[in-house]
Amino acid sequence: MENPIPSIRVQPKSGTIIRWLLIGIAFLFLFLFLLLPLFTVFYEALKEGAQAYLASLTEPDALAAIRLTLLTAAIAVPLNLIFGIAASWAIAKFEFRGKHLLLTLIDLPFAVSPVISGLIFVLLFGTEGLFAPLLAKYDVQIIFAVPGIILATVFVTFPFVARELIPLMQSQGTEEEEAARSLGASGWQIFFRVTLPNMKWGLLYGVILCNARAMGEFGAVSVVSGHIRGLTNTMPLHVEILYNEYNFAAAFAVASLLALLAIVTLIAKSIVEWKTVHQEYTRR
Amino acid sequence: MGIIVKSLSKTYGSFVALHDINLDIAEGELIALLGPSGSGKTTLLRIIGGMEVSDSGSVLLDNENQANKNMRDRHIGFVFQNYALFRHMTVFENVAFGLQVRSHKLRPSKKEIRSRVIELLKLVQLEGLEKRYPSQLSGGQRQRVALARALAIKPKVLLLDEPFGALDAKVRQELRRWLRKLHHELNITTIFVTHDQEEALEVADRIVVMNRGKIEQAGTAEDIYHKPAGAFVYRFLGQVNHIQGYIRDGSVHVGPLTLKTAVPESVNGQNVDVFVRPHAVGIASECSTPDMIAARVSHMYQAGSRIKVELEAEGIQKTIEAEVTEEYQRQIGLSRNQHVYITFRKAKLFGPDGKPIDYEASYESSSLQAKEEARIPQIS
Amino acid sequence: MKTIWKQFSVLPSFSLTLGFTIFYLSLFVLLPLSAVFLKTATMDWGALWVTVTDPRVLASYKLSFGASCVAALINMVFGLLIAWVLVRYSFPGKRIIDGLVDLPFALPTAVAGIALTAIYSENGIIGHYLQLFGIKVAFTPFGIIVALTFIGLPFVVRTVQPILEDLDAHVEEAAASLGATGWQTFRRVILPELYPALLTGFALAFARALGEYGSVVFISGNMPMYTEITPLLIMSKLEQFDYAGATALAAVMLLASFVLLLFINLIQWRTGRRYAAKG
Repeated sequence: MENPIPSIRVQPKSGTIIRWLLIGIAFLFLFLFLLLPLFTVFYEALKEGAQAYLASLTEPDALAAIRLTLLTAAIAVPLNLIFGIAASWAIAKFEFRGKHLLLTLIDLPFAVSPVISGLIFVLLFGTEGLFAPLLAKYDVQIIFAVPGIILATVFVTFPFVARELIPLMQSQGTEEEEAARSLGASGWQIFFRVTLPNMKWGLLYGVILCNARAMGEFGAVSVVSGHIRGLTNTMPLHVEILYNEYNFAAAFAVASLLALLAIVTLIAKSIVEWKTVHQEYTRR
Repeated sequence: MGIIVKSLSKTYGSFVALHDINLDIAEGELIALLGPSGSGKTTLLRIIGGMEVSDSGSVLLDNENQANKNMRDRHIGFVFQNYALFRHMTVFENVAFGLQVRSHKLRPSKKEIRSRVIELLKLVQLEGLEKRYPSQLSGGQRQRVALARALAIKPKVLLLDEPFGALDAKVRQELRRWLRKLHHELNITTIFVTHDQEEALEVADRIVVMNRGKIEQAGTAEDIYHKPAGAFVYRFLGQVNHIQGYIRDGSVHVGPLTLKTAVPESVNGQNVDVFVRPHAVGIASECSTPDMIAARVSHMYQAGSRIKVELEAEGIQKTIEAEVTEEYQRQIGLSRNQHVYITFRKAKLFGPDGKPIDYEASYESSSLQAKEEARIPQIS
Repeated sequence: MKTIWKQFSVLPSFSLTLGFTIFYLSLFVLLPLSAVFLKTATMDWGALWVTVTDPRVLASYKLSFGASCVAALINMVFGLLIAWVLVRYSFPGKRIIDGLVDLPFALPTAVAGIALTAIYSENGIIGHYLQLFGIKVAFTPFGIIVALTFIGLPFVVRTVQPILEDLDAHVEEAAASLGATGWQTFRRVILPELYPALLTGFALAFARALGEYGSVVFISGNMPMYTEITPLLIMSKLEQFDYAGATALAAVMLLASFVLLLFINLIQWRTGRRYAAKG
C-alpha cells in the first residue's frame, strides 16, 4: 500500500536455468496433452481434402445431428440459466441454515459419472422404469427419444451457471442492493439495474461453459439416446458411429466442428475473464 | 553495524522512486524514515534489506559493499508491514525458522534452538503462546512474533516497515515505547519506516524526512522540528496554516497584515509561503496591537484537552486554524460566530529561494493567551 | 423456542428464489439420483453382492481406481508445475497457454478420445515412435491413463493457481531474510500453503477420472479383465438390458463419488477454518 509499484521479486541468477527448465517442461507437457490432440483433429479431418470434409458435414445424418445438438443446447442452457440466477440470488444474497448442504447438492452432477447420469433416466423412464406404466398409458416416449437426451443434458450441465455466479455474487456483497432498496427500487429494478450489470460477465462465462458441455456431452446422452441415426444422434454420438464404422475422415470432420466450438469457448472465456478483471479494476 | 548509502537511485518505468540518496547511519542508531506515500522510504528500506536492487549507487554494511550479496547472506532482520508470518506454522516454528534453515554445520542443536526461541519469546513478552498459530493472536502479538522471528538470526541490522501501521492507537502507543526500550537493551542498528511524524519524533534518534524519492532533511527530532530545511519538512511535521504572502519594502504582507522581518531587498515583489502553526495563532477579543486582523469564529471543537478554532479572517482567503487551551476559551468566552482579532505570534517563511526565515511578533500583548510551553507536540 | 434459520435481510424474493432452486434441484437432480438407490433397495442383496464382486467387475474397479489415481497424481505434479510457471514467470504466449489449460473442459470427451487414439495408436504421430521401443499406449491401460490425464489436467492448475497468486510476496522475502534457500522457502513456506489446494485438485481430478467414459472408450480397446473400466461395464450391462446389474455397479460408483465429494468439502472446511481468523 505504501509503494504504488508492485514489488518485484528478486530473481537470483542461478534461478534462470531452473526457470527456463520449468517453462520448457510445462510447454512440452501442454503440447503433448493439449495442442497435439487439437491439431490432430483438424489434420485428420482435412486429410482427404476439403471436398470430402464438406461432404461429410452436409450429409443428411450429420445435419440432423447438428440440428439435434443445437436444439438440446437451446433448451438445456436457458433452463439452467434461470436456475443459476435464482439459486445464486438465494444463496449469495441471504444467510440461512443449510446453505452448505444446498451448495453441495448443486455440485452433485459434477461428481456423478456421465454414464450414471444417463442411467438414472433410464431407471425412471425406461421400459422397466418407475414411470413406465404412466408413460405407456399416454404413449409418451422419453428414453431413446429427444426428451431423454434433453433431460440428461440438463442434468450434466446443471451446476455450470450457478457455480460461476455464486462466488462472484458472494464477493460483491449485498450493499449495493440494499442501497437500491433504501432508494425505493422494486425487486425487479434491483435485479436488472444493480445486480445484473455487476454479474453480467460471470453470467456469460457460465453460459458459455454450460453451452460447451451441453453440445459436447457424450456419456450420458449415449445411454439415453438409443443411437437412432438421423433421429436421436447428437454430434458427439454421430462422431462415435462414424468412428466405429472406420469412417475416420468423416468422424474427424464432425469432431472438428466440436473442436471449433471448444476453441470459440476458450476465446470467449478469455475475453470474459479479461473483462471481469478490467471491470473489477475500474470499480475500485 | 554501520550503514552507508551512496548515491542510490531507483526508477520503476517512468516513476522515480529514489533519486541520488546518500545516508550515513552509525552503529547502534535508531533511525526513522519519514515521508508520505510514494516518497520512496519503503523502497529505500527494501534496497538496504536486499529485497530490491537499485539501478545505481551502493549500500555498504560495515564498509562492505552488498551489491553481490544475496538477501539471505546479509544477516538483516526484517519486519514486514503486515508481519508476513508463516500462517501454517506455530509461533514457535515461526521464530525457530531462521535457525532451522541453516546448513547442517551452522545449525544449532534442537535443544539450543528451543532455548533460544523461549528466550526470544520472553524478550517480546509472549511466553506461553508458542503453540498458537498466527491467526489466534492479536495484532500486537503478531507484531512481536515478527520481531522475535527477525531477532532469532542475531541480525546486525534490524529493518522495520511501518511497524505499527496496522495496529490501533492504544497498542501502537505501547509498542512504540517498548521498541525504544528494546533498542536500548539490544543496541542493534535499527531503521524503521513510518508516515506518522509523531511516531518518528517519539521513537527515533534521528529522522530522515523523505519526499518524492529524495531526502529532504536528516537530523534529530529537535533539529527537524525547529530548523526545518524546507517548506515540505515544516508542513509534514504537524498541522500548519499555509498562507500566501508577498514581499514589499522589506516586509512580508499577508492580507491586511504586515509582518516585520528582515527580508533582503533583492526579493522585493516576490511571493512567499507563510506557515503558522495553530498554537501560534493568537486570539483576542479586542484589537490591542497593530498587527491584529479581524476574524470570525466559524467552527469550534474539542480536540483532546485543547480547543480547535477555525476562523475566517478579513483579507485572507483560507480558513485559519487555531488552537487554544480550555481555560483561555473560558476566559475570553470564545464561541461560534463571535468576532475576534487574531495575530500570528510566530511564523516560518519560505521565500522563493526555499530558505527559511523566522518571524516572531514584536508586540507582546497581555490579552493574548499564555505562551506555548512546548514546541514539540506532546511526547508521552 | 423458535430457531432462527434465516438472518433478516431487506432484499426481496428470498422465498421465491430459494423455493424455485429447491424445486428445480429436486426435479432434475435429487429425484433422478434417488432412482438408483430405490432400484438398488428393491434388489436381492445376495445377487447384488455377486454382481458387484464378480471377477470381471473387480478387475474393472482395480483399473478404474488405479488409472484414475495415477492420472490424478501425474496431474498433481504437472498441474503444480504449470500453475507455478503461469503465476511466477512471464514469457511470450503466456495468455494463450493460460487459456488453453481449460481445453479439456471445453473439448467434448468423444473428440478428445478419438484424437488421443489417433495420436497413440500404432501408426499415430507418437504411437509409431513408441512402437520402436516396444511401448504400446493405445488399447492398453497406459492409454487409459493418457486419456484420464487429459481430462483431469485443468483441475489442479485451476485450484492451485489462485492460491499461488494470492500468496503474500512478503512471506517469501521473510523466509529469505531469515536465511532460507530458494528450495527451503519453496518446501517449507510455499508448499504447505498449497497442500489444501493440491489435495482438492487431486480429489477433483480423481473424481472426474473415475466417472469418465467418452475419452476412454476409444483409446482403451475395452477388453474385459484388461482395459475395461467400470463406467464401460455399466454401459455394456445396459446394452444387454441388465438394468439390475448396471444399477448395482452405479451404486458402488456413486458411493465412491460421494466419499470423494465429502473429502473435498472436508479439506475446504478445514482450511477455511484454520485461516479464517483475520488471516
